[in-house]
Amino acid sequence: MRVELTINGAARALDVEPRMTLVDCLRDVLGLTGTHVGCEHGACGACTVLVDGVPARACLMFAVQAEGYAITTIEGLTHTRGALSPLQDAFCATHAMQCGFCTPAMILTAHALLAENPAPTRAQIVAAISGVICRCTGYAQIVEAIALAAERARAPAPGTR
Amino acid sequence: MDAPRPRYVASPRRVREDRRFAAGQGRFVADIALPGMRHVALVACPHAAARIVAIDKAAALALPGVRCVIDGHDLAAATQPLPNGLDTPRVRRWPLAVGAARYCGEWVVAVVADTRAIAEDAAELVAVDYDPLAFVLDAEEAIGPRGPIVHPAHGSNVLLDRRFAFGNVDRDFARSTHRTAFRLRWGRSAALPIETFGVVASHDPWRGVLDLWASAQAPRHAEEVARILGLPSLGVRVHNSVDVGGGFGGKRGLKHAVLVGYLARLLGDPVRLVEDRLENMRGGDAHGPERIFDVEVAFDDSGVIAAMKMRAIDNVGAYAGPAALQLGAPIGAIVGPYRIASVLYHAIAVTTNKTPQESMRGAGQAPTNYAIERAIDEVAARLGLDRVGVRQRNLIAAEEFPHTIASGTTYDSGDYHAVIEKVLARANYPRLIAERDQLRAQGLLAGIGIAAVLAPGGGNFAHGPLLNPAMTTTTFMESCRVVIDAAGGVVATIHAGSAGQGHETLVATIVGKVLEIDPDAVQIARPDSIAALPSDGAVGSRMAIMLGGAAAQAARMLRAKLVAIGAHVLDTPPERTAYQSGVVYDAKAPQRRLIWQDLVQIAHRNYFRLPPGFEPGLAASHVMQVPAGGKLPTGDGRVQMDPCFSFEFHLLLLTVDPDLGRPEFRQWFVGHDCGTVINPMIVRGMTLGGIAQGIGAALFEELTHDAQGRPATASLADYVLPSARDVPQIEILRHVTRSPLTAFGQKGAGASGYLGAPAAISGAVNDALRPLGSAVNRLPMKMSALGDLIAVAREKAGAKPGGAA
Repeated sequence: MRVELTINGAARALDVEPRMTLVDCLRDVLGLTGTHVGCEHGACGACTVLVDGVPARACLMFAVQAEGYAITTIEGLTHTRGALSPLQDAFCATHAMQCGFCTPAMILTAHALLAENPAPTRAQIVAAISGVICRCTGYAQIVEAIALAAERARAPAPGTR
Repeated sequence: MDAPRPRYVASPRRVREDRRFAAGQGRFVADIALPGMRHVALVACPHAAARIVAIDKAAALALPGVRCVIDGHDLAAATQPLPNGLDTPRVRRWPLAVGAARYCGEWVVAVVADTRAIAEDAAELVAVDYDPLAFVLDAEEAIGPRGPIVHPAHGSNVLLDRRFAFGNVDRDFARSTHRTAFRLRWGRSAALPIETFGVVASHDPWRGVLDLWASAQAPRHAEEVARILGLPSLGVRVHNSVDVGGGFGGKRGLKHAVLVGYLARLLGDPVRLVEDRLENMRGGDAHGPERIFDVEVAFDDSGVIAAMKMRAIDNVGAYAGPAALQLGAPIGAIVGPYRIASVLYHAIAVTTNKTPQESMRGAGQAPTNYAIERAIDEVAARLGLDRVGVRQRNLIAAEEFPHTIASGTTYDSGDYHAVIEKVLARANYPRLIAERDQLRAQGLLAGIGIAAVLAPGGGNFAHGPLLNPAMTTTTFMESCRVVIDAAGGVVATIHAGSAGQGHETLVATIVGKVLEIDPDAVQIARPDSIAALPSDGAVGSRMAIMLGGAAAQAARMLRAKLVAIGAHVLDTPPERTAYQSGVVYDAKAPQRRLIWQDLVQIAHRNYFRLPPGFEPGLAASHVMQVPAGGKLPTGDGRVQMDPCFSFEFHLLLLTVDPDLGRPEFRQWFVGHDCGTVINPMIVRGMTLGGIAQGIGAALFEELTHDAQGRPATASLADYVLPSARDVPQIEILRHVTRSPLTAFGQKGAGASGYLGAPAAISGAVNDALRPLGSAVNRLPMKMSALGDLIAVAREKAGAKPGGAA
């Protein structure tokens, strides 16, 4: 089935099986392997992408359903090769990850939160990321990263990107 | 040359691996796509036990895109059985069931097709005729008179039954004024990383090598796969550079690698198997321990415990993989941080029709710590004493280290009293008790949880020869090679895979520290298994100790080479030749010096300037033996299990909603001592992550079965993992007692948090329920069960639900 998707700002015309999920399409057809598959039933959140800026599980959506929406994956947050976005840099500053498997989903979820609420409280951060499961970190350093990114955006510290 | 030397070790430097992960540029096994790659789907047994009568593959094979369909007989004809951990040669297992399946979810048929979707379609077309057999799920039923035998050839469901008598238990019991006995259950949970297990295999007949990319942390994976497939020992190459999406001990996947390796050779095409979550949970063979503890302790009027009897029955599931050895690992810390003089430990491994286990974070120590800490709480309750005070009275004191416990293991170092004092002061223990009582006065159920536990680290694999006389392993190596190239660049090697532990940062930090150069300038390489130095892998909380130790030693050897070259060229006596930040100089005349590039140039290009007979180039390797290891267990089971013993003390306050049974954490303090911390951000993250896993094991996670023996928890919707809402803010107080056995005084941290959290949470819930006269003697303590328990207790007490307790 013919479908036209907008992925990270670029239009992509593809031929996919109607039953192909968005996450399989991103990974297997488009080679965007930063979006990860954890459970394929919407429970773990590892496949989270942004659909018109809103976090959504790419395993619960067919690729053909994504037509007409702007899809953002983790690859879409990195604009220059080798240079991290301020949010990604904050995740590195607090070591907000270990194995890195849930990290793209966490960062995209945080990206959406900060776009809507530049100064979230701890409780708001916790609520926002509670749909993405991390098995490594216990979440504290993730919450700290998001708070740090918000703080830096309000008052950029010298020397940070 | 007296500038302050950079620290690197113990400073909160960034973790170099994070950059690629934050950018979504990790390279996980599912990201590896080879040209012409085929995909595997599996047909799993829907019964808890069944004879496989017939398999009809025709319809599956007829589907376009299907490449082959194989069953257990095909595989068994070409491969050795998978290894047992225990000495049970008649318990035989292959990746696909042969003749009979012994648990619901066991793989029966593998289908290979051009896409995973086609393979799944074809798997549905495979018709298997099963003859269901009697099955048993409960360990005690399985060893009772009527339990059906899971492996008739073995003749019994008991895979291991071994008693260890350490010290004079009978005498110590006879002499004690008091004794108390209790029974606890540790429910079956699992490591359950967010990345399932996956493996890609590709066979190159021209080079005679089977290449494997796997999300594996398994020691000696390549050698095992080669042996089972009947290939030459270096005929399998494991690529250690694959990023592993979480491991926690359970990412082994030997059966997956054998199956996919066999298929890749059969078809001549690359083959990939990435478990879906259902396959992972029911057939991935990576469940954690499931234990029943019967504990009895003997103690005096002041609460000092003289002796302990502990029987641990583990339901290991349908096959006896290496995970069953986890019944032996806790022998190395069987008395926890306490001075208990004698111990009777009775370990029983039982096979049932459940999914097999894999080794898991802490190797059985978390359940054992739960039992030990409950014993302390029971003693305090019996005597009406404060639970912290009873612990303090039993602790091994700082001046008693090194301290050899009854089971023969020597603890390297510790200052348990100091750690506890730190926590009590920070938490203001009297005020915490007052707060609990205030919450109780408000009608809430409130409790304080306490756990003082050990986290062994260093991994000796001594539990192998201890429980299986056929094993004689007395080393568990780790290696590092450090090279300075002709342009002066430094590269260090890692010879195992990593699953988020930050090993690249660990090695770079340590090499930077020893050579006094910027760790960010140290390149890290991961040779594949054929090119690798010996490695037993990232298990057993051992990499800071062993990989860090190997890196330190290799870097020190290189530093000594640089100094030797400098001494020769400058013509200064060795004791007058100094090294700082890559410069070698005459300590009496610092202007006489050779800078880094000079030394590199001489070593790589100017052989005539080197000391006579000196090895040119700058390379050093070290293969590290586990400190304090090397000896087989004695006949009575005394053994040095691990070299290093980290300590953690948890103090927490929680409430349980009296109507809903929902626990809520109010305050949580942890005192943690894992010796010198190489990277504080990594250790903090691991500890908090371990606590989160402990919260799961204590409150949410249990793999259960229905009456037909089918998994009732086969998705992450049924099996709840802690989310950000479930993990409270936790304050960690650091204490450093250096290990005398390691390069920088570091100890293990891989299981930190997880080893104490379940015990502490259990103690807190039981303290909260105490006013009701109730107790919970099992984990997990699910909200639903707590709610029911409270309702029953209040009904007995005549209180109305919802009213003040």
